[in-house]
Amino acid sequence: MEYQSLLIKYAEIGVKGKNRYMFEDRLVRRAAAVLRKIPGRFQVYKSNGRIYAEASEAFDLDQAVEALQHVFGISGISPLVQLPLMPPEEMRQAAADYFEKAHPAYGGSFKVVATRANKAYPWDSNEINRQVGEEILSRLPESRVDVHRPELTLRVEVREKVNFYSETIPGPGGMPVGGTDKAMLLLSGGIDSPVAGYMVAKRGVNLEAVYFHAPPYTSERAKQKVVDLATQVAAYAGPIRLHVINYTEIQLAIYETCPHDELTIIMRRYMMRIAQTLAEQNGALALITGESIGQVASQTLKSLVSTNEVCTMPVFRPLIAFDKQDIIDLSQKIGTFETSILPYEDCCTIFVAKHPVTRPNPGIIRRSEEKLLPGINELVEKALAEDEIILCE
Amino acid sequence: MTEIYLDNASTTKPSAPVREAMLACLQESWGNPSSLHHKGVEAEIVLRGAARAVAELLKAKEKEIFFTSGGTESNNWAILGAARARKRQGRHVITSAIEHPSVSGAFDQLREEGFDVTVLPVDGKGLVDPYDLGQAIRPETVLVSLMAVNNEIGSIQPIADCGEMIRRNSSLAAFHVDAVQAFGKLPLNPKAWGVDFLTGSAHKIYGPKGCGFLYVAEGARLLPIIHGGGQQKELRSGTENMPGIAGLGEAARQALAHFGSNRAGLYALRHQFCQGLKELEGVSLNGPERDEEAAPHIISASFKDVRSEVLLHALEEKGIYASAGSACSSHKREISPVLKAIGLDRAAAESTLRFSLSVENTEAEIEETLRVLGEILPQLRRFVRK
Repeated sequence: MEYQSLLIKYAEIGVKGKNRYMFEDRLVRRAAAVLRKIPGRFQVYKSNGRIYAEASEAFDLDQAVEALQHVFGISGISPLVQLPLMPPEEMRQAAADYFEKAHPAYGGSFKVVATRANKAYPWDSNEINRQVGEEILSRLPESRVDVHRPELTLRVEVREKVNFYSETIPGPGGMPVGGTDKAMLLLSGGIDSPVAGYMVAKRGVNLEAVYFHAPPYTSERAKQKVVDLATQVAAYAGPIRLHVINYTEIQLAIYETCPHDELTIIMRRYMMRIAQTLAEQNGALALITGESIGQVASQTLKSLVSTNEVCTMPVFRPLIAFDKQDIIDLSQKIGTFETSILPYEDCCTIFVAKHPVTRPNPGIIRRSEEKLLPGINELVEKALAEDEIILCE
Repeated sequence: MTEIYLDNASTTKPSAPVREAMLACLQESWGNPSSLHHKGVEAEIVLRGAARAVAELLKAKEKEIFFTSGGTESNNWAILGAARARKRQGRHVITSAIEHPSVSGAFDQLREEGFDVTVLPVDGKGLVDPYDLGQAIRPETVLVSLMAVNNEIGSIQPIADCGEMIRRNSSLAAFHVDAVQAFGKLPLNPKAWGVDFLTGSAHKIYGPKGCGFLYVAEGARLLPIIHGGGQQKELRSGTENMPGIAGLGEAARQALAHFGSNRAGLYALRHQFCQGLKELEGVSLNGPERDEEAAPHIISASFKDVRSEVLLHALEEKGIYASAGSACSSHKREISPVLKAIGLDRAAAESTLRFSLSVENTEAEIEETLRVLGEILPQLRRFVRK
């Protein structure tokens, strides 16, 4: 089957009132951006409340569909045969030709749904439905019409051109990214944080990310792994600026000063503080983490409360009530799992207590942190000043 | 930042003469040595020249050299090909506990094929006792494979004594030697030592990656493992990797031309380095110490209370490159079988680094490395897991 175009359907944007055009324009921009990377020289445009991606060169349908499945806001993708406007009898044949080729030897139920935006066309939509239906039945005797619950629906659209399509492949859903709203993702090398970033980006929020690097306790490969993960999330979320913060000196200061079983919780509190400062400096309005209640000692409810205490901006934790397996399933679906499980350490074990606190007492943690003052503030400032920014796209 | 590369047992930087020889092969004599026309003859001349250069280092004949894709292929080929060729005579094979994975992996395959495998232990210095080998040989033993120099700790196996032990106890058993870390650096004489097959690789001696050889003693029975167009006397099919072979040939020529001075230079650096390491606190050296038992270019040391990866990356920050155990297995969590075999416990094995030298390293570099170690070890030891 020779398709020339893809019809892009969107769901939630349809209800955005006066801002609808903004969301549509973002969707068009993101779709054009992903299609630019594959052969086909696609033109993406809006026409009468629809979005089309029209190829001006040969393209691979699977590749184009896969590219569009990375664009949030798309609810479905329909490969489209577009032909020049033609007389009714010819169109009856052409529609049946399309159906036969797209569904060879079809023996199930179907219905034809025609729309006639071009009111000057000789047949109205009911006439088109009947004529095309008859032609298909005569060619495919095993098939039958069912107007209530058809297994297949052939759409015939008469506009400036004639469009046929009968298949809709699901898109990722959500809302198109590309507005001005931005959140700062705390990205580790693990399974959870890329998924968390994906989920928030799916609601149309732009991402910026921060990774805490601790050489020589973490290796260059661990850092490269995070860059790879950010790039994979960026395939959905659009370009991500990744901040690499050298955390070693802060980590060592905490190690030397604070009780060992509180290390993880205090380190996380400083990560949140730094992430928040970075967010403020870069116009991000919220933080995103991959935390999930009870997954590890630092993610018990009490620990979460303790790390949350140092933040004034909202912290989004989209995985908060997910089971590990559900997170793994999602990471496999979006394609970050394989990278996440590469065995480079992202947190050297000497900084992990054998028995970390699981119910941190707020007063005790705060007193432990006081011992770090004032030196720690200089270290934090230095780390922020030496922020390395990597553009991942 | 200046770089000090001390990971030459992983790979070496191709030398200028090697790069030139390879470029000439790509630009001029790029033909297929099997072709009947002039371009083929031209390539064959390069091929034979390389075989001669390799043979000379082994006191062997040109026709006993077969080119392969490297050490792994040569080891697999010799072990699988020699055992399979003799399986009607017997199904017992012998190797040691500290072989490279490309040897132990091939023995795993033989086990699958119904061979009985004896794995010889090593002593605390990583040396096989020829007496143990003699005890292990049975009437149905068809193959013995031992490495000339261990890649992690640098121990030199008594290959000549082992060869003699095999000849005395068996008329059947073939002897394979993985000489990847010895070739070009130590004297090798397979014929005199009773070695039937010997493995070598180009990129450990300033040649390119992707090229090695197997010495096959005249008349030694060996089945191919790669089948096809019948190149290299029907034993190793596939159009020859000519740029690689040209590079290997040149690397062998250079190794031969500078053999004595290279070896003396490496040993001098090794002595300097070992002496300096001994003066540092909490450092213990692994493997043999005497020159007769220790390769000139490999130094293995354990650093008390310091994780090897952390030390490796800390050195890297100062531009010094070393290796944590054997690079090929550094992604795995298990401790090195070699270090285990010489009796290191987990803590010591997990704090072991390998430094390996090249002829390009200098006294000043070793001094600098020792200075940096002296500086960072106390810093790293402030942070141990509580």
